[in-house]
Amino acid sequence: MNWMHFLLDILIILILIIGIWHFRTPRGARVGNLTAAFALLCAFLLMLMRNNILEPETVIISLFIGTVIGWIVAIKVNMNQLPSMVAFQNGAGGMAAFIVSFVELTRGGASLTTTSKVAGLLGLIVGSITFSASMVASGKLANKLRQTPTTFPAHRWILGLNLLIVVVLSILSWTSGNLFNAGYLLVLISLSVAMGIIFSMRIGGADMPVMISFLNAATGLTAALCGMIIKNRLLIACGTTVAASGSILTHVMCKAMNRNFFKLFFGIQQKISTKYSDRASQNVEQPNLVEKSSSETGLPTGESKKSKDLAEMAPVMNSAEKIIIIPGYGMALAHAQFKVCELATKFEELGKDVKFAIHPVAGRMPGHMNVVLAEADIEYDKLYEMDDINPEFKDTDLVLIIGACDVVNSAAISVEGTPISGMPILMAHEAKRVIVCNLNEKPGYSGVENPLYTNDKAILFLGDAKKTVSQLVEMLG
Amino acid sequence: MTDLVLMLAVFVLSFIIGYFLISRVPPLLHTPLMSMANAISAVVILGAVLLFTVKANFLVKVLGSIAIIAATFNMVGGFVITERMLKMFKKKTKST
Repeated sequence: MNWMHFLLDILIILILIIGIWHFRTPRGARVGNLTAAFALLCAFLLMLMRNNILEPETVIISLFIGTVIGWIVAIKVNMNQLPSMVAFQNGAGGMAAFIVSFVELTRGGASLTTTSKVAGLLGLIVGSITFSASMVASGKLANKLRQTPTTFPAHRWILGLNLLIVVVLSILSWTSGNLFNAGYLLVLISLSVAMGIIFSMRIGGADMPVMISFLNAATGLTAALCGMIIKNRLLIACGTTVAASGSILTHVMCKAMNRNFFKLFFGIQQKISTKYSDRASQNVEQPNLVEKSSSETGLPTGESKKSKDLAEMAPVMNSAEKIIIIPGYGMALAHAQFKVCELATKFEELGKDVKFAIHPVAGRMPGHMNVVLAEADIEYDKLYEMDDINPEFKDTDLVLIIGACDVVNSAAISVEGTPISGMPILMAHEAKRVIVCNLNEKPGYSGVENPLYTNDKAILFLGDAKKTVSQLVEMLG
Repeated sequence: MTDLVLMLAVFVLSFIIGYFLISRVPPLLHTPLMSMANAISAVVILGAVLLFTVKANFLVKVLGSIAIIAATFNMVGGFVITERMLKMFKKKTKST
């Protein structure tokens, strides 16, 4: 009997693995998604068969409510609200996990094994933190909370103190036998929820992709811990897979921003003066570009920028043969992706070569830009990853930057000691001409001024991306 | 003790397998991947339903129901949103 259980569990895990295995091409991924859903359904049915549910009505009604709300919200939600929705769902999962831990701990009492107790306590704490942190992240992504980081004085210490209290209380509850006392656990939950809020409020803007991947991993871990309390192999396996997935994404995102995970989350930052950015544009970039602009692009160097700007755009666009478009969060924010698609289509009708360059951390989620562009029906074989397209910028006639700043900030590779130094960027400054369709001239989230803006081959076309890109469309042909 | 060893084995194995599988996912699909992983993490619903296998008082019933609703919301919503996203990815094989 027991080995039968074991084999069935393995089978379900295999189905899940096959599901994830399909995530290599967009078409396969649809199959993969359904396969994974099927695996979870099997796991659920198997659990129902193996256990006797005492109150089927309550369970069925709850399942029904959850399904209907989940379905309707997922169908109705606007694609622009996607990052916020993913964070919100993640928070819901975290909540379910800490409730399960709470009930199992208070009810199981002394009959629980040591493993279950440890897992329960950890599940309770991590689940509560994930829950509140996800909700704050969701609020920020939906623009219901301020997107910029909110920092307390001595933020790190408050967070550390909070963590210390949680740890001490956990140990105390263990030694004093209060582990199964509901009141005690509620205090722990409240403290953990507070910790999640303090933790997430100082993460904002461009650091969101890291945050959201990390929370994803944390929910997976909580699910796995829940599995350890109730000794359910399937729960452990599925939860751990999610934890692995979230960890990889967190790592990829950190690497793409050249950020250290711990420094980012615990707010350890070097003190940097803002003056370096001026030096960046004057000392490092400028001589370099005067040389380039006179020799390569043959531009008159002494000319004042404003006079050439708008009048020059139409001829530059019409004469360019090889074009790369770099989208950023600004494009998603302005919902300009449909206009950008129109522009790309028009370029192609005129026989030009158009590619999209996607920076791994552009947007607010890992891979956010791909989804936003897919929404506008841009074929995914035109989207290129950073490493693949970077060598091509040298031979590119025109780069269009739409709502992106830090990912094309050449200060990252030319100046030491800025918050983005060492971060890999898209080499837009190597192209022959650059048109920047950003909202304003302000630096991006990092606060580092972009030398590209003062570069002679760059044309700044400022304003709402939807309007500016429409104007570009009109200038063509 | 065998329990603990077995559970740790499942944990470690799943992490390793998950790691290998997911490192192969192209950045193009990172958002749908995360969204699907998010839905899978709602597997905690098993734990939520199992709360109802023991005689429960009113409070536990309420908490259990909330947990089931939250987990189902996460699971169904996660898979549906992932499907919506993936449906948008198109590839026109034009002759160039």
